[in-house]
Amino acid sequence: MSAQTDLLRTSRIKAWEPPVWLLAFASPLLFPSHALIINEIAIVGLFAVSLDLVLGYSGIVSLGHAAFFGLGAYASALFCKHVNPDPHLGLLVSMGAAALLGCAASFTVLRGSDLTRLMVTLGIALILLELANKLDWLTGGIDGIQGLMFAPVLGRFEFDLAGRTASYYSITVLLVLFVVARRIVHSPFGATLKAIRDNRLRAMAIGIPVHARLIAIYTVAAAMAGAAGALFTQTSGFASLDVFEFHRSADTLLMLVIGGVGWLYGGIAGAVVFKLMQDWISGITQQYWGFWLGLFLVVLVLVGRDRLLKPWTWWRKA
Amino acid sequence: MLTILFDGIAYGMLLFVLAVGLAVTMGLMNFINLAHGAFAMAGGYITVLLMQRADVPFLVCLPLAFIGSALLGAVCERTLYRPLYRKTHLDQVLFSIGLVFMAVAAVDYYVGSTQQIMQLPEWLKGRTEIGSLGMGHYRLFIIAVCAALTVGLQFVLARTRFGSRLRAAVDDQRVAAGMGINVNLVFLSTFAFGSGLAGLGGALGAEVLGLDPSFPLKFMIYFLIVVAVGGTSSITGPLLAALLLGVADVAGKYYIPKMGAFIVYSLMIVILLWKPNGLFVRQGGKT
Repeated sequence: MSAQTDLLRTSRIKAWEPPVWLLAFASPLLFPSHALIINEIAIVGLFAVSLDLVLGYSGIVSLGHAAFFGLGAYASALFCKHVNPDPHLGLLVSMGAAALLGCAASFTVLRGSDLTRLMVTLGIALILLELANKLDWLTGGIDGIQGLMFAPVLGRFEFDLAGRTASYYSITVLLVLFVVARRIVHSPFGATLKAIRDNRLRAMAIGIPVHARLIAIYTVAAAMAGAAGALFTQTSGFASLDVFEFHRSADTLLMLVIGGVGWLYGGIAGAVVFKLMQDWISGITQQYWGFWLGLFLVVLVLVGRDRLLKPWTWWRKA
Repeated sequence: MLTILFDGIAYGMLLFVLAVGLAVTMGLMNFINLAHGAFAMAGGYITVLLMQRADVPFLVCLPLAFIGSALLGAVCERTLYRPLYRKTHLDQVLFSIGLVFMAVAAVDYYVGSTQQIMQLPEWLKGRTEIGSLGMGHYRLFIIAVCAALTVGLQFVLARTRFGSRLRAAVDDQRVAAGMGINVNLVFLSTFAFGSGLAGLGGALGAEVLGLDPSFPLKFMIYFLIVVAVGGTSSITGPLLAALLLGVADVAGKYYIPKMGAFIVYSLMIVILLWKPNGLFVRQGGKT
């Protein structure tokens, strides 16, 4: 009996979780002038959570997760321009498109070593970047797709310049998809994913269908990344080549590592810290923000994440 | 047609010299080093700045680029890389991306973000036509230097005592250490030599590839393709992969400019799906 409660306890909603989400929903009201950055944090937070499903829970090192983000962004932009400006439908279409790509791409990450996976994921993102750049009749090439007018959210709330509607919209989508992700990782399905991450050979030996599980989770994560991309386009009103860039994948990887890999809140916490840090440092030196980011990464890895973020362990013996 | 093949081979040779150090260190230490391009960039900037500001002749700059990058590589290996050999691949990726970001921003700060232009000496500027084959002298020079380096490397790896130590350390670190081989020293010198070669490649390639602070990011994927496709077992694999990549890239950009880079990446993914560990895999070694 006690073993069962122990196991179930990890999946329960903790006491601190509802206040955190309430705070998230109150934040656009509390800091109305920062609604735009709150919106951005919600979007990259969602993106980081989707990467966490792949990296933290399934152990696939990916450098090209921006492929799905970018596809979602372009899909919603094209859908708005040519079919229907309704943001909700656009969101679903983007998720569907990204899920299709994720399902197709998942077959490329099943085999090989970490290096192979790194290369293949990076390669897919670069192929999409190249396509978006060269198919200029469809995607507008280097200029991207600009001047998109989306219909109001729920038919009532217009997207405003201050970003209040945008931030509520993004936080709501983040919450919904976060609950889905949480349900997935605490289900038996999620437990098999962790088994695969920890030891693929043993997971196979106890009868877990490794490939089918990886394909499923990769598809789900791609759909979530696509949703993040769609939110990005819908709240900013444009899609450009920037969404496929390498630095987007790398930044997300960093957010996840700051917040903690293999913990769903890690992605969101990392997104908050990263975006605020970026906002602050870019305010001081726009051009050399990359240097400080790099230095932070190097120190983080050399010192170790746990030791860096928990100063009280500095004087304790290892 | 022949000219494209020739240019492709020159490009491929250059890529090989740039990436061979990465292939050896990756095979040797199982370390995913995305920062290899930073050493190449160091070599390129040493050459360009020496030529522009101190009027050092081109042929003197090349060895200096090699030595400078090798020293930089040795220092980095000893201080930064060594603690990371036993960490996870994710840590290594993050760490080396961090190094790349720092290198890009640092060069931007000290030299400026503009593309550097290299003045080649007169005797390398011409062009010779044989039938339909047009050969730029500089590309001929690149091919000659790179071919000499390849033969030299092959000789060192296959025939010398250092080469056999290196191969032993690659095959099984622990046994090699048990046999009295100073594995740390082998690693250090190999890393330094590989960085030096990258620096030399960067110096040679400054004119062909273009040199600006984003160099390590732009060419990272090319180095990695060479290593991932070629495998890390010998230097023949990366050589063939680099030549293939060079020819495919130049031909693709010439014949179908719209889809140039697209072809290279698709080719890489197909090859990696077909042979996940690269075209040439070492048999019997420790994986």
